[in-house]
Parts: sequence; structure tokens; C-alpha cells
Amino acid sequence: MTTESTAPVIATVALPRATIRSELLTSRIRAAMWFLLPMIFALAVVAGWPLLRTIYFSFTNASLSNLDGAQFVGFSNYLRWTTLKSGRILWSGVLADPAWWNAVWNTVRFAVISVVLETIIGMVVALVLNAEFIGRGIVRAAILVPWAIPTIVSAKMWSWMLNDQFGIINDIMLKLHLIDHKIAWTANADTAMTAVLIVDIWKTTPFMALLILAGLQMIPKDIYEATAIDGIHPIKTFFRITLPLVRPALMVAVIFRLLDAMRIFDLIYVLTPNSAQTKTMSVIARENLIDFDKFAYGSAESTLLFLLIALVTILYIWLGRVNLAGGDR
Amino acid sequence: MVWTYAKRTAFYLLVIGIVVESVFPFYYAIITSFKSGTSLFQVDYWPTQFSWDNYQAVFSRGSFPQNLANSIIVATLTVALALLFAVTAAYALSRVRFRGRSLLLLTILSVSMFPQIAVLAGLFEVIRTFGLFNTVWGLIFSYTIFTLPFTVWVLTTFMRDLPIEIEEAAIVDGANPWVIITRVFMPLMWPALVTTGLLAFIAAWNEFLFALTFTSSNSTRTVPVAIALLSGASQFEIPWGTIMAASVIVTVPLVVLVLIFQRKIISGLTAGGVKG
Repeated sequence: MTTESTAPVIATVALPRATIRSELLTSRIRAAMWFLLPMIFALAVVAGWPLLRTIYFSFTNASLSNLDGAQFVGFSNYLRWTTLKSGRILWSGVLADPAWWNAVWNTVRFAVISVVLETIIGMVVALVLNAEFIGRGIVRAAILVPWAIPTIVSAKMWSWMLNDQFGIINDIMLKLHLIDHKIAWTANADTAMTAVLIVDIWKTTPFMALLILAGLQMIPKDIYEATAIDGIHPIKTFFRITLPLVRPALMVAVIFRLLDAMRIFDLIYVLTPNSAQTKTMSVIARENLIDFDKFAYGSAESTLLFLLIALVTILYIWLGRVNLAGGDR
Repeated sequence: MVWTYAKRTAFYLLVIGIVVESVFPFYYAIITSFKSGTSLFQVDYWPTQFSWDNYQAVFSRGSFPQNLANSIIVATLTVALALLFAVTAAYALSRVRFRGRSLLLLTILSVSMFPQIAVLAGLFEVIRTFGLFNTVWGLIFSYTIFTLPFTVWVLTTFMRDLPIEIEEAAIVDGANPWVIITRVFMPLMWPALVTTGLLAFIAAWNEFLFALTFTSSNSTRTVPVAIALLSGASQFEIPWGTIMAASVIVTVPLVVLVLIFQRKIISGLTAGGVKG
């Protein structure tokens, strides 16, 4: 009875409502387009176009003083060969450049070691902050300090602390009998990478810890109550319960940091200038672009780094399962 | 009993370790900046001297005041620009359904992952073509690449969570989208605006690669570049005292801001990283 009587009413009302809605919708979409335009334009000018130009330059013979007159040279910045009269083939280009592969190795080494250590230390700090104790606020404030300090400033602060003659690190380690002579941390080929790692871990572990902490806080507390009642050892609880539950947040944080570590420039440029042991892809690319006036060659190196990072970004979006569609609006 | 005592002691030792390790380098920079003369080269764990010499030297010698002004201008305008573009864009991205929205969001997210070096060559050309080389405008322009995607992303997530009823009520009252953004959403959004604005400010304040590449004279440099290039009378004499004083000057405002807004910053960081 009721369905019969309401059905026609809906049918008559639905028509005008639908047109009003769609009018509203089209005007909303039109407004949305206008609102998006400035941002899309800004990103196109500042990111899209420059990226395309960088890739273009990598296929030319452009130099700093001659950007407009650049000529297309194909892949020769990446790889080219000349056959000598003796029949020997001489390879050149970025892909045959030992300095480039050294930078790749430095970058990968730096990224992997720093991210692994930051994850472990960050996890410890996050677990500490997730526990309830007196002075938790102070600890949380304290770990934000390294994060807030500009990278250049932390590089300078640490290069003073790591100074070979007057540095406090050498002083502490001598007093604790950990070393028997003063070490030139940043200048020494064996320790330059260690110095960079120390500073980077100090600076970015807070970020890692906070991201992991956010994940930890989403785990319901009653799970832990249950494990406590069952008398399960805390270490087992950590590996069987905490770690699997915090894994999504952890994965995103790790890949986020990995992307950041792979493009590192400022810390290495300031802390260990001109050290072949620490030069990363970004450092060597900028060196060629600006300092050595091998603009096209540097562009090729930038492009390769971009491709590598694009690969990891795809991995990030895939692993992070980012909710792009959002709600139902 | 002894065991729980030992455990608690170990825990607090760990806590103290974390705090000391975090704060010590900055503390050491501060006490170094107040030392002058030969005492600079003595390792001290506690403040031994209180001299303003280094601070005077920073402000009287070189172009540090100008660099500081440049940093403030660049960071402030970068934030203003990013927020202006991001608020309107975030409204469209979070509130209006249209085709290609997911793709657009994906593009914005990937731009925020861009290595700066990948656009350096192209941006260098753009900046030179527009005549922005060696100006603060060139920096403000180029900083959009990392502030805008981030602010759009965080504000979109935030706006998505605002109840739709508010907006519907405004539409019924005849408000157009611009009025909805400025009169309805803005008052609700100020916490998110403060957070993203602050994070963008810090990012712009700390940026080094673009600032190093797109400026070439002392008067247009920002503070990080000025500090990195600060040199002494001779090539082999590094003026550690002045470097530390300059470092403290640029860091103290940031540390104060971060400590005041720590809760907001933590939520902003996690919104950008985890929530997605």
C-alpha cells in the first residue's frame, strides 16, 4: 500500500530535483576547475616543464653559456664509443664513467645504511615515547630539536664537533679510551662516510620515530592487556604483535626516508666537500651542471637519478596503498 | 623487586640518553658561540665564558643581516603563495568529484617526491629566461616545487574530513564556492593552515640546493648558503665562533616555533606521511 502511493510522488519530484542538482554540480565543477588552474599552472612551470627540459638537455651538447644553441646529440652523453686505430674501443659517457658509478655506490650505500639504522633507532625511540612515564612531553620536545635544525646548520655544528684537533667527539672518545689518537672524521677517506651517516641519523631519526609512533598509537591497547594476561614475553609480543600491526606505517616511513636519502645533497656538500668517498648522485650531477660547465652531462646524470627515484616512488605508492579516491564526496 | 628497579633504571637511562643525544649538539653550538679568542679551541662541557663577540662579528662583518632579511622574505612569501594556491586547490580536490581527480592527486604526490636535482637544469633555464637569476623572486618561484604539493596534499586530507553538512547549509543559503572557502572553511581550517604553513616555512628556510645555485652574490643569498660559505680571513682559518653564532641565530626561532607548535607539527608530519 505504502509503496504504491509513494512511488509516483518520487517520480514526479525526482525530475526537477535532478536538474537542479546537475546545475549545481556543473557550476561546482566549473568553479573547481578555476580553483585548480593556478596550482596546475604553477606546478607545470616549476616542475613539469623544467623536468622535460632537463631530459631534453641530456640529449644535447648544451653548456652553461650556450643553452639556446644546444644541438641534439642523441645518447652520447649517456654512452658513446670511439674505435681507435689499434682497434680498441673507447667507451665514454655517464654510463661508462667510474666517477658516476662511484656516486651511485655512495648513494645506495648511504641510503641503505642510514635508513636501516634510522628505522631501528627510530623504532626504539617510538617505543619509548609510546610508553607512559614521567617527562614524556620533554622527551618528545627534545627529539624535535634535531629535526628543526636546518641541515646546513647541523652539518656545521657536527663538523665542529667532529673537528680533528678541537672537536669534542675526539675528546670524549679519547677520554673513554675508545680511540688512541685524534681522528680527522670528515677529511679522512675511511671515516668520511661514517661522519655523514652519524649526522644524518642524528638529524632524521626524529622524523622516523614520530611516523612510527603515529602507527604505534593506532594499535588498540587491549591487545597488550590480553598478552600480559596470557603471560607472553614482551619481546615475543613485539615481534608477533607490534611489528606486524605497525608494518604499514613503517613501510611508508621507510620508503619516504629512502627517497629522501637517495637525493641527499646539502649535508654531504657542506660536511665532506670534495670527498670521493661520500659524493652522491645529486652532488656529482650539480658539480657537472654548474661547477664544471658540463651542463648536458650533468643533465644526463640528473635524468638517471630521476628515473631511479621514479621507480622507488611507484613502489611507494603501490606499497603505501594510498587512498587517492578519498571519501564519497 | 630488584629486577623491576633495574628495569626502570635502565629505561630512564635510555630516556636520558635520547634527550642528551638530541639536544647536546645544539647546546654545544650555543656554548661555543659565546666563547671567544683562544678559549674557543678548548674543549669544555659546560659554559665557561659569556662573550657577545661572535654575535657582534656576525652582524657587523659581511652581509649576514641582509641574508637574514632575504631568508625571512623568501620563506614568508613562499608560504603565503603556497597556502593561497593550495587552499583553493584542496577545496576542489577534496569537495568536488570530477574525472581525473585521482590522477591529479597522484601527479601532485609524485611531484613532492621529485629529486630537486632533476629539475635543476630546466629551472636554471626558466629562471634565467624570466630574468629571475640572482634575485629572491627566483627562489620564491622555485620553492613552489616542494611547498605546493605538500600543502595541497595535507590540506586536501584535512578538508576531506570536514562534515559535508556545513557546506550543504552554505549552499542552501546561496553561497558560491569562493564564499564557501573563505567564510565557511577558512575559519575551520586554521589549525591545518598553521601546521602546513609552518612546515612549508621551515622547508623554505632550510633549503640549500636552489639557494646555492640560483643566487650568485652575497646580497641575495639566504642564510643557509651564507653559513655554508662563511670563511675567515685566510683560506685555512675557519671562523668557528662566528659560524656557531650565525647557526644559533637562524636556529633559535625555528626551535622556539617547533616547540610551541609541537603537537600540530607532529600531526602535520604524520598526515603528510602516513595517512596519505
